[in-house]
Amino acid sequence: MSQLVFDPSKVMTIDYTQRTEYLDGLEAIKAAHKVLKEITYTPSLPDKGYTNRTLYVNVGSLEIKEKPVTQQMKDVFIGGRGFGLYHLWNAVKPTTRWNDPENEIIISPGPVSGITQYAGTGKSLVVSLSPQTEIPIDSNVGGFYGPLLKFSGFDALELQGKSDKDIILFIDGVKGIIRIEEAPTDPVDSHVLAEILTHMYAENEADLPNISVVSTGAAAEHSLIGMLNFSFYDRRRKCVRFKQAGRGGIGSVFRNKRIRALVVRGPKVAGDLNHPADPETIAKTGIKYHKEIRENDGSQCMMRRNGTAHIVEIMDAYDLLPVHNFQYGSHPDTHKIDSSYWQQRCTQHTVDGCWYGCSMACAKGADGLVLRTGPYKGDMVTVDGPEYENAAGLGSNCGVFDPDYLLELNFYCDTYGICTITYGTLTAFVMECYQRGILDKQRTGGLEMTWGNAEADLEMMHQMARGEGFGKIAGMGVKRMKEYFIRNGYGDPQLINDIGMENKGLEYSQYMSKESLAQQGGYALTNKGPQHDEAWLIFMDMVNKQLPTFEDKAEALYYFPLFRTWFGLNGFCKLPWNDVVPANNSSQPEAHKVPEHVQNYVDLFTATTGIQITKEDLIVQSAKVYNFQRVFNIRMGKGLRLHDAAPYRSLGPVTKEEYESRAERYDKQIVDEMGLDPKGKGTEEKMALHREWRTGRFSQLMDAVYTRRGWTLDGVPTLERLKELGLDAFPEVVEVVKQHL
Amino acid sequence: MINVNEEPLDWHPGMTIRDILRQKNYRFPMLVIHVNDVLVQKKDYDTTTVPDGAVVKVIHLISGG
Repeated sequence: MSQLVFDPSKVMTIDYTQRTEYLDGLEAIKAAHKVLKEITYTPSLPDKGYTNRTLYVNVGSLEIKEKPVTQQMKDVFIGGRGFGLYHLWNAVKPTTRWNDPENEIIISPGPVSGITQYAGTGKSLVVSLSPQTEIPIDSNVGGFYGPLLKFSGFDALELQGKSDKDIILFIDGVKGIIRIEEAPTDPVDSHVLAEILTHMYAENEADLPNISVVSTGAAAEHSLIGMLNFSFYDRRRKCVRFKQAGRGGIGSVFRNKRIRALVVRGPKVAGDLNHPADPETIAKTGIKYHKEIRENDGSQCMMRRNGTAHIVEIMDAYDLLPVHNFQYGSHPDTHKIDSSYWQQRCTQHTVDGCWYGCSMACAKGADGLVLRTGPYKGDMVTVDGPEYENAAGLGSNCGVFDPDYLLELNFYCDTYGICTITYGTLTAFVMECYQRGILDKQRTGGLEMTWGNAEADLEMMHQMARGEGFGKIAGMGVKRMKEYFIRNGYGDPQLINDIGMENKGLEYSQYMSKESLAQQGGYALTNKGPQHDEAWLIFMDMVNKQLPTFEDKAEALYYFPLFRTWFGLNGFCKLPWNDVVPANNSSQPEAHKVPEHVQNYVDLFTATTGIQITKEDLIVQSAKVYNFQRVFNIRMGKGLRLHDAAPYRSLGPVTKEEYESRAERYDKQIVDEMGLDPKGKGTEEKMALHREWRTGRFSQLMDAVYTRRGWTLDGVPTLERLKELGLDAFPEVVEVVKQHL
Repeated sequence: MINVNEEPLDWHPGMTIRDILRQKNYRFPMLVIHVNDVLVQKKDYDTTTVPDGAVVKVIHLISGG
């Protein structure tokens, strides 16, 4: 076991004051804005975490109104993702599609969001009907918009309708003004737009941190994979930075409504704005946690130094880093993009968080990047240094091990409004199709999509932003590309389906699940699609062997998705839960759950809202929302067992090369698990045995998980389960389920 | 022979926890290690020797994800 040692002398010297500025056109852009609607309202701060009202804006009819937050909303849906799903359910019909006017985008921070005494408390959740999955998507995002929205007086923002012109919604939470403005000449891409809007709406320099902008970029207009950037003003660098609501194409919905940006101007953030019921407990819990970070982080994950990229080398060491479209789990060039590089490349002489008071401070700005391609070629920009998902998705999974190209891919994903996880997985799929002759230069319009060709990769992205060429086809995402390739007779349909890493229409995030049955379920048996924020069980299952039976795996796939759902109800970041642990954690029962931190969350919720809960109540709170979301999926014509099917690449080796790269392991499984002798059998015969065994046990896992969750074997929550959770109080929910029992 | 996370591993006299971690390439920094159901503290990984036939559990906490 070797751990990286941080050497400050190796940190690159980068003069980020030479960053390109984009403020030249500000006055002309501002002059072109035209007020379409303006109302005044009375700003208010939360009481015990809630403002008790939400804001509804129809960007088509220009209707703006307040809605009350009812006790039932709080009891059943809590906030955040729960409020998003509640509003979306009421807004849409089973026939609604993502680009219909009634589809909504809901942003809600949750009751605990906005406190500054504990780490990771500035999150908000974004919910919409996804263009990729056609069911509700939820995306957990940092940046300042959510907390400032709440401190401006609203527990959620509902956006409905479609405008016929580009608009900006401005909420001034200090003066009590809500304004819809036509924005005919505003720039499109986020890094330019957000910088201009931040300066346009701030009253002076001291006001800059009180502004947050939600925006997307050019690619969101021409693809289904658009994401939203939530800005925060970095006082030290004096620049605007972003966190992303990435998954599921919410940025594409945003642009389809012709929203150019949301801007909030909130009050100056202070420690007591959330008006918690018990500020002493919050302060005490926070102090204890900050001490733990200070004392333990350096010998644990080094989140303050390396951020989430610290696991690049870990995943490589455990054969879990996706390489070449999830074919392999490690690569000899990984050291070029692991944290030993990023800790030199990203600025390390400053605390770097995305919300006030976060002592984990895992955001990592990479300054002084001079762009080599695209419309901003030659500009010097700051990009948030790659998170693990970006390094793995844009990097190893596509064979890109040049860190500056990786940063450039990351930058353009951000400014064009593209989800980096989705882009990484879809590009890896394109590259494997190219490798296997499913695609060629003619079909890609001249792009040579070989492993590691970052220039072709970037050109595909620029095409996506321009809405032309093969980039536009790629912007449909893996599911629709598979259908397109098969329809056009490009290759063997089974191979195309096997290697296209999507489930429910959403691309897989960046972990190898092939050797962990529990993680196969952790990805496929999710509500929104294969995103690791429900359950990450690879170590427990594959390395620790803590989950030997189907029932053990099902229990983990009951507990962890519910536990982690809870972060999104309340406005928490997941990272402070388990990327540092107390010094005595190893001597605690169920150390993998980090019991002291679970108790911290119970205490923080109670101290904020004044409502006493236990750690068991926490799971029940989540279960209400989780099961509601499952029924919502069913209401939209999905959400059944067949929709949880997984691509075979996520379950086992698709190709001979994959099998042979792990032949010893796979041959041993034929002996130990299947009771057969691999001797004398060819690779293809052994692959067929594996396919039968692996798909069979995945099916058995589904049975076990559905049973543990209180669902039928078709994946439908039973009436008993709904009653247990109090969801029988919603007749429409019961009605949906009854049709499937 | 010892058993590490349900898999056999060759044993040698004086084998320490650190030796096991190296051999298994267990690089993750947040581990909970038990030898025959007795917890071994991180500070003792270099000095704790493992007897032949021991059952070693190296629990990697979740992190990631």
